[in-house]
Amino acid sequence: MDSSTLFGIATLGYILAMIAYISYLVFKNELIGKIATGITVISFLSQTVAFFLRWFEFYNTMGVPIWRPPITNLYESLIFFVWCLILGYLIIEFRYKTRAFGAFITPIAGLALAFIEMSGMSKGLQPLVPALQSNWLLAHVTMSFVSYSTFAISFGTGLMYLIEKTEKRSEPAYIFWTVSLGILIILLVAMGLDYLKYHVVATNPETVSYLFKATFKSSSAMVSLISWIVAFTVLALIWRYGYVLKRVVAAFNVTPALLEELTYKSIAVGFPIFTLGGLIFGAIWADQAWGVYWSWDPKETWSLITWFIYAFFLHARLIRGWRGNKVAIVAVLGFVTVIFTYLGVNLLLSGLHSYGGMN
Amino acid sequence: MSEKKKTLVDYVWDSFASIKLAVVLFALISLSSIVGTVLEQGAEPEKNLIVLKRIFGDSIAPGAYRFFESLGFMDMYHSWWFVSFLVLFAANLIICSLDRLPRILKLVREPARPIRPQMVKSSSIKRSVSLKGSPEALKDSLLKHLKSSGFKALDSPLENGGYQLYSQKGSWTRLGVYITHLSILVILSGAVIGIFFGFRGFLNLPEGYTSDVAYAMNGQPQKLGFSVRCDDFDVVFYGSSEMPKDYKSWLSIIKNGRVVVKKMIEVNNPLKFGGYTFYQSSYGMMPNPQGYFILKVTGKNNGTETVTKRLGESFTIPGTGLVGTIKDYSPALATDASGKPYTYSDMMTNPAAYIVFTEKGKEKYSGWVLKRYPETWRLPDGNMVKFIDYWGAQYTGLQVRKDPGVWLVYLGSIIMGIGLFTTFFMNHKKLWVLVEKNGNNSNLTIVGSSNKNRAAMEKKIERLVGKLTDGEKK
Repeated sequence: MDSSTLFGIATLGYILAMIAYISYLVFKNELIGKIATGITVISFLSQTVAFFLRWFEFYNTMGVPIWRPPITNLYESLIFFVWCLILGYLIIEFRYKTRAFGAFITPIAGLALAFIEMSGMSKGLQPLVPALQSNWLLAHVTMSFVSYSTFAISFGTGLMYLIEKTEKRSEPAYIFWTVSLGILIILLVAMGLDYLKYHVVATNPETVSYLFKATFKSSSAMVSLISWIVAFTVLALIWRYGYVLKRVVAAFNVTPALLEELTYKSIAVGFPIFTLGGLIFGAIWADQAWGVYWSWDPKETWSLITWFIYAFFLHARLIRGWRGNKVAIVAVLGFVTVIFTYLGVNLLLSGLHSYGGMN
Repeated sequence: MSEKKKTLVDYVWDSFASIKLAVVLFALISLSSIVGTVLEQGAEPEKNLIVLKRIFGDSIAPGAYRFFESLGFMDMYHSWWFVSFLVLFAANLIICSLDRLPRILKLVREPARPIRPQMVKSSSIKRSVSLKGSPEALKDSLLKHLKSSGFKALDSPLENGGYQLYSQKGSWTRLGVYITHLSILVILSGAVIGIFFGFRGFLNLPEGYTSDVAYAMNGQPQKLGFSVRCDDFDVVFYGSSEMPKDYKSWLSIIKNGRVVVKKMIEVNNPLKFGGYTFYQSSYGMMPNPQGYFILKVTGKNNGTETVTKRLGESFTIPGTGLVGTIKDYSPALATDASGKPYTYSDMMTNPAAYIVFTEKGKEKYSGWVLKRYPETWRLPDGNMVKFIDYWGAQYTGLQVRKDPGVWLVYLGSIIMGIGLFTTFFMNHKKLWVLVEKNGNNSNLTIVGSSNKNRAAMEKKIERLVGKLTDGEKK
């Protein structure tokens, strides 16, 4: 079996696992939970094998040294991010012996995988451009994505914390989590619809992006308008019936204290890794490749903004003694900036750091 | 103590020591930086005008442009207000660290103390275990076990007989946060030195040319104190693709008329000399290049010769009467559908020479010889013309930098690594072992405390208990 078949199995598996974890949350059926864990573990192993096979293919076909990992473009980095995220999730599931987080963390992986499929980004092995031929590649890129995935976990647990701790619909924290979760769900569903329309119903040339073409960016103005109306209706419904979710989550005996601890711990692990691997190693590499360790390039600037937000999280918690909703909101917002640092900068802004584009 | 009136200095000190100022500065730096990532910095006005048109629409965009320009947003990271934010950030960091440091230093310096019995009750990390033997008989083994887990313990007697061992370790790790803060300041100071005493420039150097200056970003020449010569430049491609694999420049440093250093540089592999560093940054073609064809010519029977010729010039293949004349040249040769050759690029992506071979004045054969395709080097009658290079047509684009502050940035990076590690992965632990006599046995109460990562402390005590009871079984 080659790496792309195994990646395919893993992708399908993660999507199934996401559905299983959500069903587990809703039906509280132990068997469904075990199936969800089983699928996740098998998919994770499949992806691990695929990753090393791809590494070997990269080494073989591109003539690069063996310590250059195949994490050199947007596709490979997203896949690696998903791998780190699932690993982090499995560690939490086995350590804390609860499957309740699955329904909140696997959708982040699902979102990343759906984005890969929908945007039509190139998946092939690409040779390394001269700037990437450095020993810093391994350290800088892997550490950046390990930290991104810990931040993703803190996003999930932070969101769950807010779900459990908010009471009234007029509370800002309640509005905040319903809107955040709503956007997450709407993005997932919209990409799912894209998948149905362009993959299942009709075959489409592979390299064309059809992200949101079935909904918001449809060629028909009517469909687009209806999509927006539906999206806002969904937001309103989640806001109206959010307490149902609160009851569902509360039934799992995941205490807010545990959620708060997990949020803090993932950031406490991610922050130093991000600072060192993302910012410092990135700066040293830039210094050696371009002769400038800091040039206010959009990627650098957004990394700094992300760093400020998590630094704020840590200081607010440790010095001001902030607890509860306030820090959970910061954790959720932090991951939004991570997403922008990672994807937004690559796709929307130009700069030196342009390896992560679509092609 | 009587209430002291706050002086202005106190007031300023307090506001700089506050975390509130830090938050305001985080926010100001972040929000203004966002604008700086959307508007391309130091770009031509048209580019950002297009960006603004997309955001604000055609009618408002010119006004918006003037507004942002007047505030310095087109080169905002060098504007007075952004630099002020950074200076305030540094001041905030210094003062808030100094403000808290005395208290922390006191905690760090404080020696371990025996625990008061009433404190034992309220301690949350606690284990009890009973061991054979009198307290006095157990003491040495206890001290040894504590020492092997890194605790140097002292003892003090208990009221009801017995004794307690007390110890701590890692009190210095409380300084981790301040080590991290210090590292930011070290990095910033390196950056300031770089800005005031450094030089950032470029040098476009054609093959075969020598320069004793580099040019600042505004075009101002700067004397280097030595000369740099580009001996050769080459782009290596992946297989037959257009994907560059490597950019190489062969540079020589010449001082007092002598070549002192020769080095081939690549993108991740610069040349350092005399405080300056030369980075491979770009390349390009000379206008109307008059380059040299460097060919390695091998006769089918005898000898190999390397010839250097211009367009239109001739050479002889050793051991034969064959004369080759370079009649045409293309920097990037391709053939169209009908097989007709044409030049597809101005850059040297596929250099080729059209050579006509004659013997005794009569044309024998002719054809294109391509640098990247060795199969074109073989001539019909077993002779060979190897296309080594078309030299003297390209220039290498070097980024030239002198930064006397960069070592501080590296030093700060190392300090930051140490600081972050101590802050997030180490802690200040205290450990007490109370030993009381109980018949022929001793009752041990082990109490621990730690300023963070409680779970690790609990595990540590668990392991200690394991070792103590294991020792007993033997």
